[in-house]
Amino acid sequence: MNSDSTPPTGPGAGQTRTTRVGEPSAQRAIVVKRPGPQALVEDLGRPGHAHLGVPPSGALDAPALRLANRLVGNLEDAAGLEVLLGGLTLRALSSCTAAVTGPAVSVLVNGHATDSHAPAHLAPGDELTLGVPSTGLRDYVAFSGGIAVPPDLGSRSTDVLSGLGPPPLAAGDVLPLGPAEGLPCGADEVPVPCPPDELVVPVLLGPRDDWFSDAAERLRRGRWLVSSQSNRVGIRLDGPAIPRAEPCLGRELPSEGMVTGSVQVPADGRPVVFLADHPTTGGYPVIAVALPEALPLLGQARPGTAVRFEPTRARSAR
Amino acid sequence: MVGVELRRCGPDAALVELGSLAEVDAVRVAVRDAVDRGRLPDLVEVVPAARTVLVVARPGALDLSALREVLAADRAEDASGAVDGRRSPTTPPRQVVLPVVYDGPDLDLVASMAGLSRDEVVALHAGARYRVAFCGFSPGFGYLVGLPEPLRQPRLDTPRTAVPAGAVGLAGEFTAVYPRSSPGGWRLVGHTNVTVFDPRRDPPALLTPGDEVRFEVAG
Repeated sequence: MNSDSTPPTGPGAGQTRTTRVGEPSAQRAIVVKRPGPQALVEDLGRPGHAHLGVPPSGALDAPALRLANRLVGNLEDAAGLEVLLGGLTLRALSSCTAAVTGPAVSVLVNGHATDSHAPAHLAPGDELTLGVPSTGLRDYVAFSGGIAVPPDLGSRSTDVLSGLGPPPLAAGDVLPLGPAEGLPCGADEVPVPCPPDELVVPVLLGPRDDWFSDAAERLRRGRWLVSSQSNRVGIRLDGPAIPRAEPCLGRELPSEGMVTGSVQVPADGRPVVFLADHPTTGGYPVIAVALPEALPLLGQARPGTAVRFEPTRARSAR
Repeated sequence: MVGVELRRCGPDAALVELGSLAEVDAVRVAVRDAVDRGRLPDLVEVVPAARTVLVVARPGALDLSALREVLAADRAEDASGAVDGRRSPTTPPRQVVLPVVYDGPDLDLVASMAGLSRDEVVALHAGARYRVAFCGFSPGFGYLVGLPEPLRQPRLDTPRTAVPAGAVGLAGEFTAVYPRSSPGGWRLVGHTNVTVFDPRRDPPALLTPGDEVRFEVAG
């Protein structure tokens, strides 16, 4: 490359730029005062790039984010906040509508209690605070216009495995909001979800159930607990190990593509259920795959939650 | 008609199980072509790996019989010996040339295990022609095949906790460029200053499955 061809001063160099970009008063935005244990920007993720090694990512409890977006008048795929175990405080820098969904949690605006699962208007300077949910893990906050940080591969989701999307929120972060277009829709009554004491996960056997002896029986009879070593990548389960079938002992599986919900059994036999930030390929056999309706509940399962599986076999054989 | 084994991965996906990287490449191209021609309209992911191609459909839209037809047609075309047994893809593979500074910390280790001098290792690595077999491990990490035999060496006994972005490594039958700093156990022979993955660039990944790659000695 020839850097000599670039003149040190081009046309207009040295001129004062007169265009003011992003007048502060015109900018719709919120500012983070306290992020709590972990607050992330999430939308519905970036599927379609797995062949490049890019995880799907996106809100773990996607129905909760979709609902929050509908409540503030956004399209369902707008970016909001995924707030782990509450503790978030933020201030509106402009007028906007916010809604909190997910497990029941106290919501304060300027110190006054307001309803979750309903739109709340914030005037410039208003402070929104989330308490700590007594069940579940992740609440979602949507804002009219959606969070408008620049997207990576078409999504604003933070992917904790591969580092795509914005970093976890920190105090002082200013988050721009997009233009508010839709009208907030205040549903009369939105039921607050209540996580079950024991999570029953329906799974479809395979692709590698034949690597295990009595895969269906072992999955059906086993009782596991969600380990504290769980995150957006996956849920580790404490409990009985699932042993390999005799012919597969010590066998190596060439890495292969995995979908969200894959129940992988590593060398120690203790299953891992992969969530949205899962690696695109894995080298341990996947015994079964959780049905999509189980994924939001898995994303809300606290460490210590009891888990069992309900295995079925696909009707159309292999 | 030769049957291809399909393994279900939940309600919306299936793994096509294959015998070699060459078959993986052929099936990836056939499925991608079918998607481009509107034959498999509901597929959202086609993920090649070492011995499989994962095919993921929109929720509720997995059409296994259409997939089987595409795979069977591909087999039939192969059997008829079209173009040396390889299908001609709709678009020719991208050609990528990466300038590499061969200053890797494991260059001496690789040379001694290969029974070659450092210069001979560099000449071998930079002289070969590679193809991206698949991506994985991290965004934009392409597994390149075509590594000359003497350079096919095991991983390090102890992986490094931090391999810098741009490091060029080898392990087993593969060579690769680390797109960003990460832990890694591959033997490092050099580095490139080219950004191989940038999520804000179009296209974001410099190395995608099927691309043909050469390394060029730089500096």
